[in-house]
Amino acid sequence: MHQSSPFNHRLLPYLLVLPQIAVTLAFFIWPALNAVWLSTRREDAFGLSSEFVGLEHYIAIFHDATYTRALVNTAVFSTGVTVVSLALALLLAVMADRVVRGAMVYKTLLIWPYAVAPAVAGVIWWLAFNPSIGVVAYYINILGYDWNHLIKAKDAMMLVIFAAAWKQISYNFLFFLAGLQAIPRSLIEAAALDGASPFRRFWTVIFPLLSPTTFFLLVVNIIYAFFDTFALIHATTSGGPAGSTETLVLKVFMDGFVGLDLGGSSAQSVVLMVMVMGLTVIQFRFIERKVQY
Amino acid sequence: MVENRPWLTVIAHVVLLLGLLVTAFPVWLTFVASTHEGTALTQFPMPLWPGRNLLENYGTILFSGAKAAGGQPVLLMLANSLIVALGIAVGKIAISIIAAYAIVYFRFPLRQTFFWMIFMTLMLPVEVRIMPTFEITASIGLLNTYGGLIIPLIASATATFLFRQFFLTIPVELVEAARLDGAGPIRFFRDILLPLSRTNIAALFVILFIYGWNQYLWPLVVTTDPSLTTIMTGINALVRVPDSEPQWHLLMAMSMLAMLPPILVVVVMQKLFVRGLVETEK
Repeated sequence: MHQSSPFNHRLLPYLLVLPQIAVTLAFFIWPALNAVWLSTRREDAFGLSSEFVGLEHYIAIFHDATYTRALVNTAVFSTGVTVVSLALALLLAVMADRVVRGAMVYKTLLIWPYAVAPAVAGVIWWLAFNPSIGVVAYYINILGYDWNHLIKAKDAMMLVIFAAAWKQISYNFLFFLAGLQAIPRSLIEAAALDGASPFRRFWTVIFPLLSPTTFFLLVVNIIYAFFDTFALIHATTSGGPAGSTETLVLKVFMDGFVGLDLGGSSAQSVVLMVMVMGLTVIQFRFIERKVQY
Repeated sequence: MVENRPWLTVIAHVVLLLGLLVTAFPVWLTFVASTHEGTALTQFPMPLWPGRNLLENYGTILFSGAKAAGGQPVLLMLANSLIVALGIAVGKIAISIIAAYAIVYFRFPLRQTFFWMIFMTLMLPVEVRIMPTFEITASIGLLNTYGGLIIPLIASATATFLFRQFFLTIPVELVEAARLDGAGPIRFFRDILLPLSRTNIAALFVILFIYGWNQYLWPLVVTTDPSLTTIMTGINALVRVPDSEPQWHLLMAMSMLAMLPPILVVVVMQKLFVRGLVETEK
């Protein structure tokens, strides 16, 4: 920040922050506080009055088997998405870093899935894996596995993980490539002179130097899998079959808008807010280290 | 490269080409499905080469829409998506840049408080606070309006931070020189700061346009009026036709049209896109 104030004006700065603050208050802070308030109240059957019930809704959701199932689903889903998309992106980035000719072309051809909407990403993989017309499902059947994400819980989970990871690869690829290109060539050359094979160089020199990028991407991918995949799941499996792909974000919506359970849905919102705040703080704590490249 | 190992380079190319294939494969299938008649998409597996119905399918959905999903023409949905995406991108940039300007260039009571309030928005994605946000939007009468689609999504901590970081790198001498020449705060902003921020604005615009175009849950809950359907909610309606397989050929033509604008933006403005992506994560 500038030490002294360059401009002196009483009213102007308030006018300048007003639009942003107004929107923030109305659509972020007020709803957040409202969720906290509603999560401690119970309305009567007609919604005319409500009474304070303390932590009852919180206790109730953690005793609710469908909620704990959503927790487990979210854990499985976000782990799957993060591992698959990070591993594939790292592989592709290392290869792209290696080739001298055509690296730019590969980059251009790999980054566009970022622009595909989560809902569309879900729908197009849904077609590929569709058990009655999908090409991928057809070949999986030939290999001897009867793929059906409409009935089988595991298949449905794999489908949404795959679609979500596919969309995220381009983002991870860009950051990994930037991280790789920032590693000083002299370090790699020194390792090569000492006789380290490319494989060994990767694990002992490159990968450790890449760890700030990897860690940063880890957090970003978890946030993505938790919160930005609502559309992808909602447009395809809608949490089914039998709740097997219902994640926490999906459940907040289902219980609130479809089930009209205001208190329970608000308590779930608050739990999610605490999670996202925790993740954001972690992301910011490590921002200094990430700036390496 | 460090040493010459041609076979490793070959492997690298092979892996990259495989990566490209896997990435492009579902989009190819989508395109193929969008060019066939509905009846061709009942065989297992579906055809792998384009059919002859490209013009007919796209013509149908663009101008008359899919009957099964309410029959809104997709051209209208694309127009709505464009309005929403532009509204969100322009709105976010506009209110962020002036807020950042106030926070960096003025000293005033509550400055830090405002800064932290804006920071909070970073932590609260709309999916998490969907019910109460819907309620306040309803209570101020913004349901089924473009305002309701756009305004609740235009607060942006990321954009404010980006502009703040950028303003902090501008030398103080520049402000002092401008002031000596008699420029007031508004003049300085308009004639010096805005032109200097051009690249940042453009990079941010690319990212925010994609963000706005791809919105799904929010349009789904705040609009019930068919004339406000965006392309994403239109896809949702077509997926959700009860008790039958979706009309794949129309659904996929719609998906192609939904993908095309943001992909074009990314590919054509690749440099700005990468810059925006990296900058917004700082």
